[in-house]
Amino acid sequence: MDRAALASRVHLPRQPLLRHLPVALVAGVVLYVVVARLSTYNEYQVGEIGAYVVALVGLSLLTGVNGQISLGHGAFMAVGAYTVALLMTHTSSNFVLELAAAAGVAAAAGIVIGIPATRLKGPYLAGMTLLFALALPSIADKWPATFGGDQGLTTTVPTAPGSLSAEEWLALIQVGIALVVMVLVANLLWSRFGRAFRAVRDDEIAASLAGIHVARTKVLAFAISAGCAGLGGALLVLSTGVANTGEFPLTLSIQLLAAMVLGGTGTLVGMVWGGILLVYLPQWSTSASNHFNLGSGANAYMATIIFGAVLIVAMLAAPNGIQGGLRWLWAHRPHPGQGGRGAPAPVAVSAGD
Amino acid sequence: MSRKTRRQKGGRRWVRAVMAGSIGLMLAVTLLPEAANAESTPGVTASQITIGATVPLTGPAAPGYDEIAPAMNAVFDWVNAHGGVYGRKIKYIYLDDAYNPANTATLTRQLVLQDNIFADVGSLGTPTQAAVQSFLNEQKVPQLFIESGCNCWSNPKYPYSLGWQPPYTVDGKILGSYIKANFAGKKIGYLYQDDEFGQDVVKGLDMEIPASSVVSQQTYDAATLAGPLSNQMAALKAAGAQVVVLATIPAATALAMLPAAVISYFPQYVVDSVGADPPTVGPLLASFAQKGGASASQVSASAGLLNNVITTAYFPPEADTANPWVQDAKKILQQYAPTLYAKSGLDGNSEYGVALAYTFVQALEKAGKNLTRQGLIDAIAKDGKSFDTPGFVPLSYSSSVHFGFEGEEVVKLETSAPPAVTPTGSWIGSVPVSPVYVTSPGSGPIKKYTGATSTPPKNFG
Repeated sequence: MDRAALASRVHLPRQPLLRHLPVALVAGVVLYVVVARLSTYNEYQVGEIGAYVVALVGLSLLTGVNGQISLGHGAFMAVGAYTVALLMTHTSSNFVLELAAAAGVAAAAGIVIGIPATRLKGPYLAGMTLLFALALPSIADKWPATFGGDQGLTTTVPTAPGSLSAEEWLALIQVGIALVVMVLVANLLWSRFGRAFRAVRDDEIAASLAGIHVARTKVLAFAISAGCAGLGGALLVLSTGVANTGEFPLTLSIQLLAAMVLGGTGTLVGMVWGGILLVYLPQWSTSASNHFNLGSGANAYMATIIFGAVLIVAMLAAPNGIQGGLRWLWAHRPHPGQGGRGAPAPVAVSAGD
Repeated sequence: MSRKTRRQKGGRRWVRAVMAGSIGLMLAVTLLPEAANAESTPGVTASQITIGATVPLTGPAAPGYDEIAPAMNAVFDWVNAHGGVYGRKIKYIYLDDAYNPANTATLTRQLVLQDNIFADVGSLGTPTQAAVQSFLNEQKVPQLFIESGCNCWSNPKYPYSLGWQPPYTVDGKILGSYIKANFAGKKIGYLYQDDEFGQDVVKGLDMEIPASSVVSQQTYDAATLAGPLSNQMAALKAAGAQVVVLATIPAATALAMLPAAVISYFPQYVVDSVGADPPTVGPLLASFAQKGGASASQVSASAGLLNNVITTAYFPPEADTANPWVQDAKKILQQYAPTLYAKSGLDGNSEYGVALAYTFVQALEKAGKNLTRQGLIDAIAKDGKSFDTPGFVPLSYSSSVHFGFEGEEVVKLETSAPPAVTPTGSWIGSVPVSPVYVTSPGSGPIKKYTGATSTPPKNFG
């Protein structure tokens, strides 16, 4: 092993917090610098990405790590969104507390949905969560006095400190919270809970023989995942300024699932790619179809078509999503001193140990 | 391999991925262009005014409503062909929000923050526009002539928002007073969409119709509207309602009338103008009847259900081919929006778009050469009442009233009246059955309007 190859390796502490926090800090500083340079509209979009990433991280944990599927995460986002909007309308507490409450209420909803979900698997679980996504908007329509009916509830953006613009401040909040959530979830996945999630995913019988309470573990995963989705929904509402059932249609739940798969199911960093796709793909596809003069009919379905096409291509070329593909590329990168062949990772690791 | 090494390997991948991710994001965003620096008035140069809108071009709300923005664009093209307004050409960017407020929120920010529009003009929908009302007002971007009759557009809290079409409560009050005067002693039933639209209409109806004569109130949910409203119509029949008021969108009008006909229930229908445009509702009746398994003769007879329907109108019907506004709107569409005209001709929606766009052009003219956002709002408040429109009543704009038309006439759809002819067929016409009334959406009285209507400018069309 030559010196260059050795120097290229980074040894991180094994204590989870010490491993994840510095990385998050570096990412945070980079993003802070980037956000300050952006135009107002791009700041808004980066903030939206942050909100979606939080929701996607929850979905990735549920599906990738715990092996449960949900077609209802758009509805959990709506739960968080309405919670934060109601709190903003009726109280004047700190918005961080309101966001935490939104995550808490959505997590409670996750427990309610998660308990029957422990008895269901695969398409049956998908069907049940789908039902939740379909039924939830009716609740908001049923009590217009509380939930604002069609118009929904308007929210106020937290006042920006100093010379920051509203969009810039919002983007920093959303991206910052996304990083915090990623660190917390990363730590969780390194703990005994994370191991229990994976054990249950891989083999429920083996997990229960090992002393893991399978049902409790599944409900816990559902609750954490729903809490993340609720927080994501609450963050999204800070952007749009209104909580409204129309913002969280069934298609959103399906798009979340597709974005998670594209990003890399079970990864956390992959969810950043998922978030970028959710925000930018519709815009790119519209400009592409405008460029080729496809007309408004094609315009509208272009995003869905491209999303589907990208999903198929990704599943063929990189079955583990974008993040999985990047990892593969990294593992197979040309290596100086080894004739350009990818270094066999296990050797390198044991050499470094 | 030990767990330890696998962990370390995983950890390093983590770091690299985060770094790569942030660098990638950084590159992606830095490559995007910075927004142009705001000049004195955003969206206005010596030669161009950029305005925008979000409208449903796809999705369930699109049929019919997707004609409005292209029709508006035809008027702007006509203005541009005649030298623009004070030498400035109008550039109209309309984006598809598919009637989803989340899309509206994002696209409106794209229009304001990236495309630097001067004003948001002719955006459609109550939930969609409510979602961006506070954003547009914070940014001091005029939110003009919102295509919805919600009472919420005239609110001192939102000085930059203005409605245009009659508020739904005005529809309700005028229909209610007609019912009280003409169907006294009859049993009355309601079927309304259970949201702001339906509730605002009912609010107006209840101001006029004595509660004792309302025997049944039925509702439906727009989000779950998928099949015939059979239960509701059966309940109205069972309650003995002789007059049925529908505050329904076009599809729901058809889905109410068809199952009623199946159970031989033919009450006197009174339909809010939202759900009564014959060129829109006629084809829906036929297609739903066909899907429901009706015979060919029943399908062709289904349009007859619209005969004798009472509704309201605030500008001349497209079938009134002698009206100069109708003639000019047709000319403008033929010349500047030939694709739209070939597809749907001049119907209620395209006529609406032409009139709304021309209202905006006059506001620009009155705002003067030194165009500012505040100046535009002030000009509408000051001169809006004298703008030329096809409306039966003048616009109501003032510094405190941000509703447009607050008056209309009651009309009856009749097979004997001249039909509306569109490329999709020829549809039942209408005859006025009342004078033109004006009223506010509040508790104010309903008055007869006796003033003149305006005529289009000489060079229009």
